[in-house]
Amino acid sequence: MSDLSYVRAEMLPEKAPPVSTSGAVGWVRENLFNGVGNSILTILSLFMVYLVLSALLPWVFSPTWNAASLNDCRTILAGHEGACWGVINERWPQLLFGFYPNGSEEGTVDQRWRPILTFVLLFVAVIPVLFNMISRRMNWVLLLGALGIAFVTRGGVLTMIIGVALLAGAAYVAFQLFNTNKVDRAEEIASGAKRLPNPLIFSAVFPFLAPWLLWGGSIWGPIGALLGFVIGALVFRAVTAVAGSLMGIIAAVLSAVIWWLFLMGGFAWAMESIISLGLEPVESRKFGGFMLSITIGVVAIGCSLPIGIVLALGRQSDLMIVKSLCVGFIEFIRGVPLITLLFVASTLLNIFMPPGSNFDIIVRVLIMVTLFASAYMAEVVRGGLAALPKGQYEAADALGLDYWKAQRLIIMPQALKISIPGIVSTFIGVFKDTTLVSIIGLLDPLGLSNAIRADANWNGVVWELYGFIALMFFVFCFSMSRYSMYLERKLRTDHH
Amino acid sequence: MTTMTDPHQGSFRLSMLIYDSRYRSMTIQIVALIGFLTLIGWLISNTAQNLITLGKEPSFGFMLEPAGYDINQRLLDYDSQDSHLRAALIGLLNTLLVAVMGCLAATVIGVVVGVLRLSKNWIVSRLMAVYVEGFRNVPVLLWIVFAMAILIETLPPPNAFRGENPEATMKLGETVAVTNRGIYIPEPLFSRGIGDAHVFGDTSLRFDVSLDLIALASVFIAGLLISGLINRRANATQNATGVRPTVWYWRLAVVVLPTAILLWVLGCHMGYPELKGFNFKGGTHMRNSLIALWAALSLYTAAFIAEIVRAGILAVSKGQTEAANALGIRPNKTMSLVVLPQALRVIIPPLISNYLNLTKNSSLAIAVGYMDITGTLGGITLNQTGRELETLLMLMLCYLIISLTISGVMNWYNESVKLKER
Repeated sequence: MSDLSYVRAEMLPEKAPPVSTSGAVGWVRENLFNGVGNSILTILSLFMVYLVLSALLPWVFSPTWNAASLNDCRTILAGHEGACWGVINERWPQLLFGFYPNGSEEGTVDQRWRPILTFVLLFVAVIPVLFNMISRRMNWVLLLGALGIAFVTRGGVLTMIIGVALLAGAAYVAFQLFNTNKVDRAEEIASGAKRLPNPLIFSAVFPFLAPWLLWGGSIWGPIGALLGFVIGALVFRAVTAVAGSLMGIIAAVLSAVIWWLFLMGGFAWAMESIISLGLEPVESRKFGGFMLSITIGVVAIGCSLPIGIVLALGRQSDLMIVKSLCVGFIEFIRGVPLITLLFVASTLLNIFMPPGSNFDIIVRVLIMVTLFASAYMAEVVRGGLAALPKGQYEAADALGLDYWKAQRLIIMPQALKISIPGIVSTFIGVFKDTTLVSIIGLLDPLGLSNAIRADANWNGVVWELYGFIALMFFVFCFSMSRYSMYLERKLRTDHH
Repeated sequence: MTTMTDPHQGSFRLSMLIYDSRYRSMTIQIVALIGFLTLIGWLISNTAQNLITLGKEPSFGFMLEPAGYDINQRLLDYDSQDSHLRAALIGLLNTLLVAVMGCLAATVIGVVVGVLRLSKNWIVSRLMAVYVEGFRNVPVLLWIVFAMAILIETLPPPNAFRGENPEATMKLGETVAVTNRGIYIPEPLFSRGIGDAHVFGDTSLRFDVSLDLIALASVFIAGLLISGLINRRANATQNATGVRPTVWYWRLAVVVLPTAILLWVLGCHMGYPELKGFNFKGGTHMRNSLIALWAALSLYTAAFIAEIVRAGILAVSKGQTEAANALGIRPNKTMSLVVLPQALRVIIPPLISNYLNLTKNSSLAIAVGYMDITGTLGGITLNQTGRELETLLMLMLCYLIISLTISGVMNWYNESVKLKER
């Protein structure tokens, strides 16, 4: 037998990988300095980042938060370069609310709680639509809590009592929520325990509540408008039982329209004279700042999706006349810039309306921005519809579903899921485009920045205002795009 | 045995209009049409009544009246005594100018950024991501006014160039003046030029064509064509004999020499900007408003184009490159013959809509005082004449024509690169 003593009898222990290929050093070598070209790029980029940051950071971190005017800033900075943040400190309420009554004028009270409450309620109303991870009870806690705080902070004995009652309700539901764990609750529900009402009810009421909170006036107007839908639904249910769904729809629409056109005014007037309940009216020209941007953005986003879906269905349909009407509308709106439509809103829309009617500039802008967004939304939804395999349509036919049922149960859920990225980027686009209203003289943040510069104290402040506005828009839009990514992941049903 | 039964041949009942699928689509369409026509009729009758009350009967006669305002940035000659129509034309050309410049710049920046965003270099791809997200999530109007503010606030005024020891100096060997009133660049002049041709006489649509430039362009293009012919002959020789004659100097000569001779004959020289009085004279003046609008629109749109390019490149599967490698195709040929044609098919349609967006966004020029067609026809003309209906109709029509033309051309191109399916 040959001598095998040079052969190792036992395994060597594993060695750590060389430092140059692992850990931070390895990562840097792999990602930043793998080759001459890349090294040059890295060094150039680092130099550029250094240049930008060394210019920007000292400017941003300047101790001028409490300055009362630009001259103040100059005194504080004593010749150094630096931002004058005093303008943001002094004017940010204005950048948020515009000239919404803040109690500074004689004989007015601070009304800014109304837009704040609207904004909070918007979130409460939107949560059950956007996220299904929040439980029913959590949503009611949020709603009752928000309303309770709003009432309590109003002052007055009656509102105080109502507010405390609402907060107590919120606390009670919250107590129950934290006292039972999820599994127990699921069993309770399965065994027939009473559930809280669906929070989507509030989401449906919110579109009527929000304008009342923002513009004020009598509460009976929005209630009357809401009643129109209730009447329509009741008539639909009654007539459908007797004469079929088509007659039901016709009767429901007719009765609702008759209510809105002829009976609602009288109803609101009568109720107002019995129980006068309302908020102090606020004129549209006092709206401004991000409140205005968000109002326009949310209304346009909310209304454009259903209109866009209808337009997309029209464009995809076999009905020649309907199709050409939809194509004409979409291509016309998409072919002209939004600013021309806003010019139409500010100068022409009143000419199109019956003589003597003169409606509010913000409403006119809302109409045009909504139409604009709908055309884009229609194209996005159409993309989703076209991307759906033909087999889905045929499967729906094979199941014997009629057109609307097929759309609602099979086509639309899938088509909308496909078009989520497009829908969200349309949303972001519309929200960004709300800045255009500054060109027709509304005081959105950009319009306000000019108004602020007109003040002698802040004449010459440029970068701070633009920077702040840009940052706000970035936060809104960036979080929307992240949300769309979350939604895509959540709704993904194929395997990866 | 199966029996075929004819459909029931009963008499026509009214309810069949709704319940019979043969007639239902007709019914729906006719109802929709009647509804639409009613709406249009209602709007028109309202408008007519309102216009009569206001005493403004629709007519386009005002377009031929003197405009009475000045336009500082213009491509054709214009003065305040010219008609509104002429002003609108100048505005339209300005819109097209900034749209074309913007599309070119945005494409270049967008492609570079899109490719760099895919770079393996971590810091470069992060930086590009910051650029893309930063520009995409802030309104373009904000970028436009921001760019304008940068130009006005940070650049030196013309009088900083004055004196023995000026604060600011001209760039690029004393040829370009960068001031807060705009950038002055040298312009080509012809000392022995053959002049201009005046087209359309004295009407609102008149314009001058520089015969010098036409001559230069035609000589240059002729040179290119001849060079192409030489190349074809060389190819033919190569195909026939296997030896390629060296022709590059011929090809270069037929393009460069005639053009250079013509330039000399015409007496071409550069006119440099000079400080005279309070401002620069001579050279071509690119105004702040144009530069700010151009820069902001290009950078903003480039952020979107970068994402499109990135998506397009990612859409070509890696197997394609590997297949090309397996066939022995060289890397640069792989890019131009395999990857790019497939990526372009994904890139082109969204690219078109971004060009359209840029063109439409150029209407925001009104925020920085650049006189595009929104500024002239939809701005000052509208305010001076009070003819909202007519001016806005014409304005929208102009944009519609531009949009439909761009999308028509691009769709045609898209059709030609489309995957041919049977």
